[in-house]
Amino acid sequence: MEQTMATTSMAKTVMVPAQATKQTLKPKLRAEGIDMAFTRDGTSVPVLENVKLEVHEGEFVCLLGPSGCGKSTLLNVIAGFLSPTHGQVLIDGEAVRGPDPRRIFVFQERGVFPWLTVEGNIGFGLFKLSKKERAERIAHYITLVGLQGFEKAYPQELSGGMKQRLEVARALAVNPDMLFLDEPFGALDSITRLIMRRELLRIWEAERKTIIFVTHDIEEAVQLSDRVVVMSARPAKIQRVVEIDIAHPRDISSSRYLELRDGIFEQIGLAHKV
Amino acid sequence: MTLLGQPMKWERYFWPLFAAGVLLLLWHFSVRWSHTKIFPSPVDVVRGTAELIRKGVLLHYVVDSLRRVSAGYLGAAVLAIPAGLLLGWYPAAAAVVNPTIQMLRPISPIAWIPVSIIWFGVGDLAAIYLIFLASFFSILVASINGVRNVPSMYRRAGRNFGLSPAKLIARVVFPAALPQVIVGLRIALGIAWLVVVAAEMIAVDSGLGYLVIDSRNSGKRYDLVVAAMILIGLTGLALDTIFRRIEKLRSVRWGFRNES
Ligand SMILES: Nc1ncnc2c1ncn2[C@@H]1O[C@H](COP(=O)(O)OP(=O)(O)OP(=O)(O)O)[C@@H](O)[C@H]1O
Ligand SMILES: [Mg+2]
Repeated sequence: MEQTMATTSMAKTVMVPAQATKQTLKPKLRAEGIDMAFTRDGTSVPVLENVKLEVHEGEFVCLLGPSGCGKSTLLNVIAGFLSPTHGQVLIDGEAVRGPDPRRIFVFQERGVFPWLTVEGNIGFGLFKLSKKERAERIAHYITLVGLQGFEKAYPQELSGGMKQRLEVARALAVNPDMLFLDEPFGALDSITRLIMRRELLRIWEAERKTIIFVTHDIEEAVQLSDRVVVMSARPAKIQRVVEIDIAHPRDISSSRYLELRDGIFEQIGLAHKV
Repeated sequence: MTLLGQPMKWERYFWPLFAAGVLLLLWHFSVRWSHTKIFPSPVDVVRGTAELIRKGVLLHYVVDSLRRVSAGYLGAAVLAIPAGLLLGWYPAAAAVVNPTIQMLRPISPIAWIPVSIIWFGVGDLAAIYLIFLASFFSILVASINGVRNVPSMYRRAGRNFGLSPAKLIARVVFPAALPQVIVGLRIALGIAWLVVVAAEMIAVDSGLGYLVIDSRNSGKRYDLVVAAMILIGLTGLALDTIFRRIEKLRSVRWGFRNES
């Protein structure tokens, strides 16, 4: 119900056609030769090996790979929560030295603060704004993610999908240029997951953020992203980068979609029969 | 009574009162039938309570006990919560003081009575100090553990939004640890209330603990002893009820099991 309300209310804000980004190929992020190893019981376990990655401004990139391969680790390195053993990440030509409010991480598990209301969560990062600006910003993002009527609700009163939307809203409210999403829809049921993908694309088209989205779901990667970065099993290397040259909204029964999807299935070494 | 589903509103009060009533009757008739001369019946206790009210000591003693508890307990909370937050935040510092804390914690506050009388003399201060001791360690340990159990995800999220360390503690670590701190505060208040009674039996000449001992010593007034005991229980119940209210506050309720 709120779902449809949100979609219709936002329809007028979506001005940029989906394919417009393809033309602006300004580099935003460059990861150079990232190695990452964790020490466990005295021995060093390599997780990332010589990972090179380039992401353009406004691009939607999916990191895809098997469970435990190091996707979250790579995203944490990019976000500045972990420093790599070797190599560095440059964003806008500047080396990443720690987390930064211009780039917000959305967590694999629920990262919303349970002690704050919906409003409190969305306003969390807005402590530098005046009271009036903050209220306006909060109201805008509540509408954007379709949580009207839940302003004063606490996270435990929300459904899983609503919590995830709330976390996305909290991230967007500080107006970051990049969003890092770590399997944000992994814990949701398949119907909610589909709705959330559509919502995320709608928001991405409205706000033009650069998005790095981690998933182990091939369909999700092909439905969402401009490019899919396929990672190998641990220690993770980048195996292949697949360009998804289909305009949004994507027809998931089109032959091109199926061709790209099956190509990635093959790449990962899975037959298409279960 | 409906066993499944919500009890009716009147039932929620009726059945507990009914159970208390049954116990009172049982007490009454046990005293009657055993022909004891020493142990008072509920009626004697009610008369004794009325006498205490008439003499004006009842309210005075309850207030005195509560005053001592508030002073010692609030003093402990004011020191132990910040100390616990800091020790939880700096595990290295916690490792240094932890053995000492764990050694001091099991010492019953009652064992401190002689020492506190040497330090503070016979009087209010000694009693307050005992309550302080009794509350301090529970609150401290709960706060340390509360901070340690804050999921790292919350800290990362806080840092991600550009919070300084001080702001991070105030806006993320403290609220995230608060449910556990409140549990510690509630346990500490229970202990403080136990200890005030013991302290008043020895170190002061007012309060509910004093009333128990004094009634026995001056004239074996067991009706007053039992009246004082019941007052101790009822006041403890009232204090705990306040805490149950606090746990229902919406900004901390997420940290408690939904028992409603
Ligand atoms: N802090 C750590 N210390 C030691 N080992 C770690 C640490 N974090 C991750 N690892 C190891 O690194 C590997 C990659 O973990 P990571 O969380 O990046 O995987 P992932 O690709 O995100 O998996 P999933 O899809 O299941 O979330 C795992 O084998 C894990 O055991
Ligand atoms: Mg992961």
